[in-house]
Amino acid sequence: MARLKAKYDLAERLLASAPAGGAKWVHDARTAAAARLREMGAPHRRDEYWKYTDPSALTAATARAAVFEDPAETPPFAGLDRVRIVFVDGVYASDLSSDLSDADVVIEPLADAMEKDTHWANGLYGVLEARGQARVNRPLAALNTARAVEGFTIHVTGRARKPVSFVYIHRDATSDAMIHHVIRLEEGAEVTLLENGPVAARSNIVTEIDIPDTARFNHVRAQGRDHERLCATAIFARLGRESIFKSFTLTVNGKLTRNECVAELTGNDAIAHVAGASAGDGTYHHDDTVFITHDAVNCESRQVFKKVLRNGAAGVFQGKILVQPDAQKTDGYQISQGLLLDEDSIFQAKPELEIYADDVACSHGSTVGAIDEGMIFYLTSRGIPRREAQDMLTFAFLGEAVDEIEDETLADEIREKLAGWISRHSA
Amino acid sequence: MLKIKNLLVSLEEENKQILKGVNLTVAAGKVHTIMGPNGSGKSTLGYVLAGKSGYEVTGGTVELEGRNILEMEPEERAAAGLFLAFQYPVEIPGVGNMTFLRTAVNAQRKARGEEELSAADFLKEIRARAKALKIDADMLKRPVNMGFSGGEKKRNEILQMSMLEPKMCILDETDSGLDVDAMKLVAEGVNALRTSGRSFLVITHYQRLLNHIKPDVVHIMVDGEIVKTGGPDLALAVENNGYADILAEVA
Ligand SMILES: Nc1ncnc2c1ncn2[C@@H]1O[C@H](COP(=O)(O)OP(=O)(O)OP(=O)(O)O)[C@@H](O)[C@H]1O
Ligand SMILES: [Mg+2]
Repeated sequence: MARLKAKYDLAERLLASAPAGGAKWVHDARTAAAARLREMGAPHRRDEYWKYTDPSALTAATARAAVFEDPAETPPFAGLDRVRIVFVDGVYASDLSSDLSDADVVIEPLADAMEKDTHWANGLYGVLEARGQARVNRPLAALNTARAVEGFTIHVTGRARKPVSFVYIHRDATSDAMIHHVIRLEEGAEVTLLENGPVAARSNIVTEIDIPDTARFNHVRAQGRDHERLCATAIFARLGRESIFKSFTLTVNGKLTRNECVAELTGNDAIAHVAGASAGDGTYHHDDTVFITHDAVNCESRQVFKKVLRNGAAGVFQGKILVQPDAQKTDGYQISQGLLLDEDSIFQAKPELEIYADDVACSHGSTVGAIDEGMIFYLTSRGIPRREAQDMLTFAFLGEAVDEIEDETLADEIREKLAGWISRHSA
Repeated sequence: MLKIKNLLVSLEEENKQILKGVNLTVAAGKVHTIMGPNGSGKSTLGYVLAGKSGYEVTGGTVELEGRNILEMEPEERAAAGLFLAFQYPVEIPGVGNMTFLRTAVNAQRKARGEEELSAADFLKEIRARAKALKIDADMLKRPVNMGFSGGEKKRNEILQMSMLEPKMCILDETDSGLDVDAMKLVAEGVNALRTSGRSFLVITHYQRLLNHIKPDVVHIMVDGEIVKTGGPDLALAVENNGYADILAEVA
């Protein structure tokens, strides 16, 4: 029991300093989230979904110092026309950001929204997160709801012309960021969300997205360049009828990254695609934990996750498809693949299917392997040096995940970043 | 061009000898053919010449234009002018055929200290050569050999050979799996490349290809050795009588 007690003591400690201010609905949401965390306790290595990833660095009292060396490389999405929202060490920096009133979506800092007695975020903030706790405990997300004051609320009423782009700058060596975004689309509305940057020495980001009937949400995220990053993210999406949710994440470097994605298909004919390409060299631990619930007829979900690992890097994939009894005609697909460039690296996958409907097509696959010597020989026999051949195969391997990005301009941005990483880490 | 002397090759993994003293000299501009029963070591010879790992050369020498190639990496051998058309071309998901070929052409040029081919020049070249081999634009865009039919893969090998312009071309059963028309296309592709400075080693089971590509010399390989060498007539004899006579003769 001593171990269990530690889990609950740690939850108390994490909840110790409550944020000041906030309207009543905010206070209520925080109190409910704190109660959730107290109930489940802080994450522990013994928890089913923390078996492969040690959460202790994410819950330690202070963030371990992480110096971000600016590689003076052009960040992704730099050339795109977008609504740019900049955070420095997890704090909104209005002076570095676009003029929010120019955007064709309603964007408001979370801190401002939280002071309003009536706000649409009431009824969404912490609500999708709480729903996402139904089957699997997500203590860091509950903590986030209970403590976050940074982040944005975004209300999309039509088809947004420009993408909304969160740029996370990291300056302070020990910065510890807690960010919570709430995004609500109207029926038929559409928006693209971009995210990039190292965020902070340690960060915890929750994004709740409500995608009602016929709305479309596209998400492309690049987590990169900062070798020391500790980061936990969680996306909670609820999909209505004929809505579309597409999320892609590129992750390179970072000491520890845990990306959770929880999507609930609640309306018929909805589509959810989640994909990730991850590349790690050395001290790198990357964890994708995905949970897709089919709760309506004729929905499609797709998970495509690929990781390239070398020099002792570790990759984890935990992906689940849950098909509820009424979710007939479900089309669920899941693939996770690890490419190990040496014998020191490790890829662990836990694919899960839980199906209660009888008329469904669900498939999942997971592979792990080294670079194919037959392919290497074919390429080198044509005069391509071994190293270049290996880079080509590595790029091709991850490229299949990048291909999941619908928008070719965005896909090319990601490909460029990926190619850069591969050539810098070529051996 | 190519001088193979008493080449002995074993498998690295198991203690099994496959090539048991191969002697073969191909002069510049000549076309040699190797025929021989299944499992006699023909593909192994091609692989060893191209530098595939998994084989151990326990004796003998191989010179390409006087240079010992056995110490070279596969890409160095390619840059030195060696080309192997695979019996079973490899599928490479995610790598576009076009990207692959341009990378290969330019890597070889770079290794030889030549200027790289511009994207536009490359495109012009490949289009013309692909057209001659009836390889359409869609096939060029697809990942290397992915979803290609057996015959398409073989034609793609010849396209690569045509783009890379090697000096010593080894064709391992490029004719197998080809329909009659495709065989003609491939033969035309090969004949178009025949010059006084380029040599061919054509591995085949069938006389048919040799009607289109006229060999200067025919070798018969049995159990890891060249047991008989002759002119084009030798291929005809094999076609008509199989290997029984030859086996009896050497036994
Ligand atoms: N990597 C390997 N592992 C095990 N055996 C091998 C390997 N490579 C070749 N061999 C064996 O060596 C022998 C020669 O094979 P090879 O492929 O060179 O024959 P071949 O003459 O090309 O035959 P075919 O006409 O059927 O193509 C065969 O017995 C084959 O099984
Ligand atoms: Mg063979």
